[in-house]
Amino acid sequence: MRRLPLLLPTLWLVGFVALPLLVVLMLAIAEPGPGVPPFLLPFGWEGGPVLRPNWEPFALLVEDDYYLSAFIRSLWVAGATAGLCLLLAFPMALGIVRAAPRWRAPLLLAVLLPFWTGFLPRVGAWIGLLRDEGWINGILRGLGVIDAPLPLLYSDFALFIGMVHAYLPFAVLPLYASLSRMDLTLEEAAADLGATPATVFRTVTLPLVAPGAAAAFLLVFIPAAGEFVIPELLGPSDALLVGRALWQEFFQNRDWPVAAALAVALLAVLIVPILLFQRLEARR
Amino acid sequence: MSLLEIEGLSKHFGSAQALAGLDLRVEAGEFLALLGGSGSGKSTLLRLIAGFEMPDAGHIRLAGQDLTAMPPHERPLNMMFQSYALFPHLSVAGNVGYGLKRDGTPRAERDTRVAEALAMVGLQDLAGRMPHRLSGGQRQRVALARALVKRPRLLLLDEPLGALDANLRERTGFELRALQRRTGASFIMVTHDQQEALALADRVAVLEKGRLVQIGPPRDIYERPETRFVATFLGAANVLEGTRNREGGLDCPGLGTTLRASAPLPEGTVACALRPERIVLNGPAQDFNSAEGVVEDVAFRGDDSLLLVRAPGGAVLRVSHAEEDGPPPPTGSTVRLGWEAAAVVPLSA
Repeated sequence: MRRLPLLLPTLWLVGFVALPLLVVLMLAIAEPGPGVPPFLLPFGWEGGPVLRPNWEPFALLVEDDYYLSAFIRSLWVAGATAGLCLLLAFPMALGIVRAAPRWRAPLLLAVLLPFWTGFLPRVGAWIGLLRDEGWINGILRGLGVIDAPLPLLYSDFALFIGMVHAYLPFAVLPLYASLSRMDLTLEEAAADLGATPATVFRTVTLPLVAPGAAAAFLLVFIPAAGEFVIPELLGPSDALLVGRALWQEFFQNRDWPVAAALAVALLAVLIVPILLFQRLEARR
Repeated sequence: MSLLEIEGLSKHFGSAQALAGLDLRVEAGEFLALLGGSGSGKSTLLRLIAGFEMPDAGHIRLAGQDLTAMPPHERPLNMMFQSYALFPHLSVAGNVGYGLKRDGTPRAERDTRVAEALAMVGLQDLAGRMPHRLSGGQRQRVALARALVKRPRLLLLDEPLGALDANLRERTGFELRALQRRTGASFIMVTHDQQEALALADRVAVLEKGRLVQIGPPRDIYERPETRFVATFLGAANVLEGTRNREGGLDCPGLGTTLRASAPLPEGTVACALRPERIVLNGPAQDFNSAEGVVEDVAFRGDDSLLLVRAPGGAVLRVSHAEEDGPPPPTGSTVRLGWEAAAVVPLSA
């Protein structure tokens, strides 16, 4: 009976995490082939079980600059998004924590409110704002500030706006949790010992909130690295990201093994910061 | 000139008046205890002196310098927090050296002074330890060393012994007083524990509802409480009410007898304090300062027993019966109580 509560999560993890992951791993070492599905199983039975791994998809990832640059670009976009989110989220979280108690719940709600609208309508709203005939260009032209529309949409600018807008709550929440756990008398003690408000922030607040900030960074960085929809809808058309490369391999080239290898490689790259973070946490 | 001068200090939070026009002077090298219950304003007073709260009115001067509008980091005084507020990400030495670092004290001097401060509290071997690996008593000492390392002329202590177990409390209390004498700094200690205040301080200031009700040396405060609150808060004295008669005694209907005090009594209705330990059992019968009563309850307290004795007039007296005087009278027995005139202290309010 005591094991029962563990049963459901275990079944969930096996059925919806471990098995799909095994399928993706199997796909990544399969041979592409004609037919449906477009690959040959990498194992079989020839008088006994045999494994016929095909390492070419992984070799391709390493050899072809196309994939490497997609990775670098994706990591840069994810890093910059996470950095921008952190920069915006820190003052927001601090403001909410230090607000009068009756304001905290409504302010947190305001941070979460975008989640209640759909994801696509939000991206669509940005398109409406940023496109050449959109609100921003319309207002600027109406005011006579510009003659020709600014190329706002389909740029890195639009991409980052969309990314930051979508992922900001993921950064605010862990920072808020970490800041609200902090004992405010520590800041008073620092001030009492002669620290100016800026020094208090640098020597006490910041170090104590660092784990929360790292969590916030990772919570944005990890999903942002694989993001496909926002760059596709708002970003420059030539922007090559892992998400887009994966999509193209899967749906356009119908090369499932390379697509799977890309997914596995992305997973491997993202596991590194997670492990680093966990080791840092364990040492504290 | 006193080291610390506080004039007309007022502070309210919302509709609650935390301090109401408080005046207080603290001399150099003095150990002052601020004693009061919760909501008395004692902690608010400490936070106002430290600069964490701004007063609504009044002034705070330290050695002649007006601190009232000065931010906390500029005030030349230090505070030891009730929770100790040790920085969890810094080692013991990092915590103690924090204030010196903020002052720009050179590295070499800082190290010497941190070592000195740690030696002073007996923690020289734990300089590299992180706070979460210290015991409660060790944390208390780190907090004390951190507050003293800048050699402040005034140290504020918020319930410094409050978080320690009973046996550690007494020893740490003695050490605290020795440290205060050695450093020559003035200590202002907030406490709700009357024993602690009486044992450690040179002077005790009793606060009630944001006002200073009495200040003086511990013995004076204990033996000559001025108000009903002070009499009952310190040592839980019996408060007896009566009317002054023509002979200058106090007719006390609750007790069914007449009280005589060595001090002259004011006119009209008067309240007097009578300490439980000043009441003697089964002394000679007199027509004043003596009453018969029935023992209603007996509580053994180790070195004495506390008796609740109901007098014929209905008043219940708390009486302390020392263990060395033999077993206390049993519940239900009738006893005669007596006390000296000097034990009867008239109260002003």
